[in-house]
Amino acid sequence: MKHFITFFTLGILVSGVVKSQETSPGVVSGNISMLFQSYEEDSLIGAVVPPSKSGLNAYSNIIYTQGNFSAGLRYESYLNSVLGFPGRFKGSGIGYRYARWSDKEVGVDVTVGNFYETFGAGYLFRSYEARDLGLDNAMDGVRLLLQPIDGVSVKMIYGKQRLDFDSELINGDGIVRGINAEVNLNDLIPGLEDAKLRITPSYSFVSRFQEGGNIVKDTLILELPKNVAGWEYGTTVHYGMWKGGIHLTKKINDPSADNGYIYKDGEALMGYLTGNIKDFSFLLQRSITDNMSFRSDRDLLLFDAPINNIPSITKNHTYNLAATLYPYATVINGESSFRGELYYKLKRGSRLGGKYGTKMNLVFSTSYSLDTTSLSGVEGLVNGYQRNSWGFGDSLNVQDISFEIERKFSKNFKAKAMYMNLQFNTLATPVTTDFKGIVFADIFVLETQIKTAKRQSLRTELQVLFTEQDKGDWATIVAEYTWSPHWFASIIDQYNFGNADESKRVHYLYGSAGYINGPHRLSIGYGKRREGIFCVGGVCRAVPASSGLEVTFTSSF
Amino acid sequence: MHIYLHKTYCAAKNLLIAGVLLSLMMGNAYAQSIPSVKLKDLAGSTIDTGTLENDGKPIVICFWATWCSPCKRELNNYMDYYGDWQDETGVRIVAISIDDSRSTNRVSPYVMSSGWEFDILLDPAGDFKRAMNVMNVPHTFLYNGAGELVWSHNNYAEGDEEELYEELLKLAN
Repeated sequence: MKHFITFFTLGILVSGVVKSQETSPGVVSGNISMLFQSYEEDSLIGAVVPPSKSGLNAYSNIIYTQGNFSAGLRYESYLNSVLGFPGRFKGSGIGYRYARWSDKEVGVDVTVGNFYETFGAGYLFRSYEARDLGLDNAMDGVRLLLQPIDGVSVKMIYGKQRLDFDSELINGDGIVRGINAEVNLNDLIPGLEDAKLRITPSYSFVSRFQEGGNIVKDTLILELPKNVAGWEYGTTVHYGMWKGGIHLTKKINDPSADNGYIYKDGEALMGYLTGNIKDFSFLLQRSITDNMSFRSDRDLLLFDAPINNIPSITKNHTYNLAATLYPYATVINGESSFRGELYYKLKRGSRLGGKYGTKMNLVFSTSYSLDTTSLSGVEGLVNGYQRNSWGFGDSLNVQDISFEIERKFSKNFKAKAMYMNLQFNTLATPVTTDFKGIVFADIFVLETQIKTAKRQSLRTELQVLFTEQDKGDWATIVAEYTWSPHWFASIIDQYNFGNADESKRVHYLYGSAGYINGPHRLSIGYGKRREGIFCVGGVCRAVPASSGLEVTFTSSF
Repeated sequence: MHIYLHKTYCAAKNLLIAGVLLSLMMGNAYAQSIPSVKLKDLAGSTIDTGTLENDGKPIVICFWATWCSPCKRELNNYMDYYGDWQDETGVRIVAISIDDSRSTNRVSPYVMSSGWEFDILLDPAGDFKRAMNVMNVPHTFLYNGAGELVWSHNNYAEGDEEELYEELLKLAN
């Protein structure tokens, strides 16, 4: 840290010298975010009060840019971290800092310090952050981006990954290094720049170094590999608005806590196609994931130090009951999955479409276990199992079918309705401890929005989930009133009306109000927060039940 | 002695940070322009956001995602007025999808079925989002014809488009 501050200061000073030579000085930009919660005991929902009685998460990013040079840092505070956040995030300090220099003319861009980067679709390497959830596997090292000729771009990364925070950044054990090359054939070959058909192949190689050791399995003493490598081939093809792609990822020799320390190769294959025919547009995707957990520390689990990211096949739902009770996450040790989506718009002014048109979409996604056979004896201890085909196995992980229709009836009224049918295996994705097996659920949602006066509107959601399993039926009511451009107030009630245990038929009532001015937003809320899965942009974390006051403030400058 | 030295170091460190921050703030009187990040459009072409321009007319940059309901309400409402706004102010709207690899392939069919005529750019790794200091979506930025940031708004509520329209008119006149 000491060295970095020195380095950072030197960078600024150097840029100050440059500044005095040029007409334009640097520009500073940044943001600030603060989340405060105070807690009250509520035995009915299982809310407990931590010893500190309140929690605060705050951070601020500051970026300085001057010509080709930029530098930035993020100051973070967890005093103590709010419930549901990784509890080991402690104290205040700098959790992210970098200096970067890029010159477009010569095609060189170099970063030292922290950076986020993704190779291709991220199946092999993706360093990213979901701040609201405390997920952050930022790299700490060096990144070099090169564009030697038009149409060819090369990325090289070398560093450790963020694992933790205790008044300063704490990196994981392993060293991650990799290279990615992408060739845009249309930019490379003269005369094809404006062709409708665009082909972009890419290749990535990533390797992790971590001190080895031995592992004992029965009578075997196995050596843990110090270096683990993986690679990914990908090709993306565009034809007008049609797009298709295929990614094949492979990884070898990576016994880990995730896979029970087996040495079997990891493989992932993903192909997709999107396009449109008349007023219909569609997406088809098929994925197979086999033993693809890849971390910068082989002994870690869950959200800690992942090198890659294999996204979930299911839709990222926005309605509370559909999104937070049974969110599906990829079964990283093995799954075979498919999704198909169909979108259709009834045109404006048509008989069925109405004055403003009507939109519909149907989304189907499903995931099964892999088609595998367990191995026995020494082979079983070393490699665990073998995959028989690229097909589906016998055990269902999830099946999610949803249909949505949206229509604007007049200048002042619009409505949206959704039906969803869900089969969710809580053994594959353990989101609840109350039920083990397949949850069958039907969800109905009706959302309306009425313009009540100039710049004022009332939005309501009525959601019901019916199921015989787990915690039984739920209903959610949301009402939100907005006075554009500054004020909002909302109230949400989640009611577990079908819980088999009558004492648990609880209302989770939460009200909030806030003020927005340009890029600044303040909101104050009070009430009960349900135990559940909190998701942001498709990443989810389990959050315990809590009750009390919540204040958030965000601002960018 | 050791403790004393440590305290001195901490004080010096804090002073250094404060000094650096202060010197940074001094440079802030200058308007922010669109940072340079390479993104792909829906046809697969690479676009450098630093080169986005609109022939001396305003540019609106909207961050959105397919899983974000207020974002879609915002852009659907803008679409209702886009033709009029273009006639009156010459504005160009660029919608930046922050959908990651889970949902980025959903952007194209959604946009096609919604009939959006905006320029759509994909930011699946969040590089442009970070460069623009966006924390949550929707977040909307307005740049004048000279490429300087003149207005921004976080969140969307029905009627916010009227505020944007007023800002656009200020630039047009």
